[in-house]
Amino acid sequence: MTTDISPAAPSPAPPPTAEAEPGKEQNLLQEILSGSWLVSVLAIVLALLLGGVLIAVSNADVIDAAKNLFAAPGSFFSTLFSTVGEAYSALFRGAVFDWDARTAERSIRPLTESMVNGTPLILAGLGIAMAFRSGLFNIGGQGQVILGATIAGFLGYALHLPPVVHMLIAAVGGIVGGAIWAGIAGVLKARTGANEVIVTIMLNSIAGYMLGYLLKQNWFTHTTSANPQSRTIDDSSQMFLLLPAPFRLHFGFIIAILATIFVWWLLERSTIGFEFKAVGANPHAARTAGISVSKVTIIVMVVAGALAGLGGAAQVLGTEYKLTGGISGSIGFDAITVALLGRSKPLGTFLAGLLFGAFKAGGYLMQSQTGTPIDIVLVVQSVIVLLIAAPPLVRSIFRLPTPVLKRKEA
Amino acid sequence: MTKVFGSFVANDHIDLTIEPGEIHALLGENGAGKSTMMNVLYGLYDADGGEILIDGKPVKFSGPGDAVAAGIGMVHQHFMLVPVFTVAESVALGYEPTKSLGLLDLAEARKKVRDISSRFNFNIDPDALIEDLPVGAQQRVEIIKALSRDAEILILDEPTAVLTPQETDELISIMRQLKEQGTSIVFITHKLREVRAIADSITVIRRGKIVGEASPESTEAELASQMVGRNVSLTTEKDTADPGDATFKVRNLTVVDKTENVVVDDVSFDLHRGEILAVAGVQGNGQTELAETIIGLTEPRLGTITLDGKNLVGQSVKSRLGSGIGFVPEDRSTDGIIAEFAIRENMILDVYDRAPYAKGLNLKSAVITEAAKRKVDEFDIRLGSVFDPIATLSGGNQQKVVLSRELGRDLRLFIASQPTRGLDVGSIEFVHKRVIAERDAGTPCLIVSTELDEVYGLADRIAVMYSGRIVGIVGADTSREALGLMMAGVPAEEALAATAGHDDAATAGHDDAATAASETNSATTSAEETK
Repeated sequence: MTTDISPAAPSPAPPPTAEAEPGKEQNLLQEILSGSWLVSVLAIVLALLLGGVLIAVSNADVIDAAKNLFAAPGSFFSTLFSTVGEAYSALFRGAVFDWDARTAERSIRPLTESMVNGTPLILAGLGIAMAFRSGLFNIGGQGQVILGATIAGFLGYALHLPPVVHMLIAAVGGIVGGAIWAGIAGVLKARTGANEVIVTIMLNSIAGYMLGYLLKQNWFTHTTSANPQSRTIDDSSQMFLLLPAPFRLHFGFIIAILATIFVWWLLERSTIGFEFKAVGANPHAARTAGISVSKVTIIVMVVAGALAGLGGAAQVLGTEYKLTGGISGSIGFDAITVALLGRSKPLGTFLAGLLFGAFKAGGYLMQSQTGTPIDIVLVVQSVIVLLIAAPPLVRSIFRLPTPVLKRKEA
Repeated sequence: MTKVFGSFVANDHIDLTIEPGEIHALLGENGAGKSTMMNVLYGLYDADGGEILIDGKPVKFSGPGDAVAAGIGMVHQHFMLVPVFTVAESVALGYEPTKSLGLLDLAEARKKVRDISSRFNFNIDPDALIEDLPVGAQQRVEIIKALSRDAEILILDEPTAVLTPQETDELISIMRQLKEQGTSIVFITHKLREVRAIADSITVIRRGKIVGEASPESTEAELASQMVGRNVSLTTEKDTADPGDATFKVRNLTVVDKTENVVVDDVSFDLHRGEILAVAGVQGNGQTELAETIIGLTEPRLGTITLDGKNLVGQSVKSRLGSGIGFVPEDRSTDGIIAEFAIRENMILDVYDRAPYAKGLNLKSAVITEAAKRKVDEFDIRLGSVFDPIATLSGGNQQKVVLSRELGRDLRLFIASQPTRGLDVGSIEFVHKRVIAERDAGTPCLIVSTELDEVYGLADRIAVMYSGRIVGIVGADTSREALGLMMAGVPAEEALAATAGHDDAATAGHDDAATAASETNSATTSAEETK
């Protein structure tokens, strides 16, 4: 997204930056300082600081110490810092490396858990990011993830095929499911001009309730139980583990890496991506240059949905092993944040997906060990979105210069 | 006065004196720093050096409010009006007269509008909505707004760029009236004809520096060379055409717009290899639609378009481009380029999927960069790097990018709509040379232009369109007067007969043969040069 590039023309002149010392160093500095990467990182830092405040005020010890603030300021601050510090160190230990763990395996397991949690986020996030770059607001990640998981899961227990082949076929089923679901929005947009935001949001609801309905049908769940969940998928269709138990890291992570590379190639090095970006940036010029805008709209949505569907497939085939009503969690919505935080760039989305996976993994340990509610993680994530959506805010907090497009003099 | 943007000096020690009651023209190419300077004067930008004196007293503006209080009014090139406001509300915006209890006193604002409007015969209804007014009337609202705040100095930034010919004439007479009433006017423009028509004194700016004063008596060529910094020929040299076969034929072409209006009405013509056919006419008479139909952006209701014996109707834009059509669209910024894309990407915008730029689905990045660098040299495009977004370039250089793309492959037909709209004198000369070179290489060229100078400069034959029809196709030696009549819908024979007596005078020199009719037309065309 290009929201952070402020239009150069009509606004008053940007504040003079640093010393007016023309030269390469200054340009480079300007680029680094005004670069959106820095804004993303600072948004995370700010959100964590704010999360720290919340951790403090929600902690009984800190509140008690605050009552005696003037009598014993030292004890207040030490309680404050130790509480926040403990919570965040638990978050870190739960997400990256646990130095308190009993075995070496256990101490590195958190990092792999982050990767596991990140896998569907990365895949769905790539789909959303790609649509963003093509000028389409695909809010339908959730529905596409659900469809992908539903079809992949069903193929996982309904078919009986040799290992790997079975898994690949189920995964392709997930791709097709997501692609069809997003494709509906794409076709409607291309043919009738229906707004893709509204259509994809509605399709989210439809997908959710459709899965709820299917999970009550015994022909679908392959169980006789009344519980709204399906039979466990065949071993042959599971995304195999990359490391022995207790690690849960599975083949889906490799798929996420490959998908990241694929999307990079698509957007940066292929003629298709050139069309995508051209339509996204200026559909009029794209049309004049002979690009079919409606065809591109449909293809973008289909590919975006395919990626999200693959994310759903990875979740069911690699982690959950069976379909439940909550199979998709909030993956589809978190993916939007992931794409935003990653600046709609493939690598950025990959890293942002890992970060959100880490938040999720670390949140559990933080809650169980320090009693800090896991909701803090949600708050941190939400604040990140807020700050990302308002880059000028972040810049003004840190007093960064506004990015300057070289002026087009009138 | 000095203004620096980063390392770019937009205004370098500029001194300017404006006498009371004079019209002072500030003349310079696009990007010379005219608008920057006026924005500093109006308090929108801070000057990095120098001072502003009013009646000998130094003043300091921290915002437009201060400038307005000091008696400076500005009419921007792009109007700063709220479309859903009425005229009175727009005029009141920013200083809102209030009654007791802080209620807005619109009656006061209405009265002001009516006073000023009647004083200058503006004919503006204070209760009309801005969005319902034509552009010329909107501009008058801006002028009223400035005058309602007792502006003694009025800055008009490229005021004629958006006006129709009649509106331009009206504006010029308004400027004369204002001057008689003692208002000083700073008139920013790059159009030589207007400067000579109205200015009392002229200051020429080039690359942020004042390069000299000029008198309104200077010829256009003198002004142009001062502005560009070298001699420019306003008329491009070209050999007589050597037309070959008629490879491009349009027959009975009829195009209907969304609201079922016939915009192109039964148009037929032939275009030969190695000739330039210019389509002249007042803006909005179907020329744009004709060009867009040929390239395939609109489908005709009736008729055929044949290139090299192949019917193009029903084919996609891509396949038409593939049959060797080069197309320079009228609205460069919307249709011609993608502002966020790098320059090198804009250079392959309609050939990105062809050899040598792509192999299969892979873009060949190195080849694209290499080709872009070559074109930059060939077309003398001034830029930092081909990886920069094209939005960093001036209009003239952007147009050169478009031309380098469209002329950079083997063409069977070249169509350009308003190829020099919004360009400065130096760039216009360059564009014309390239088009003529393309003609000499044997490509049939169709140039749509509302600029009569351009039509004369390029055309081997001239087709005049009026109300969707081709009124007539005449030779390039037809007088301005006759073309003017044809542009108003008079059939070719009648127009030629009616003006036969004046022919010699009219063709001798474009400016000096100023009969009433041709003057109107020239104002027409220059007014629509930019959008």
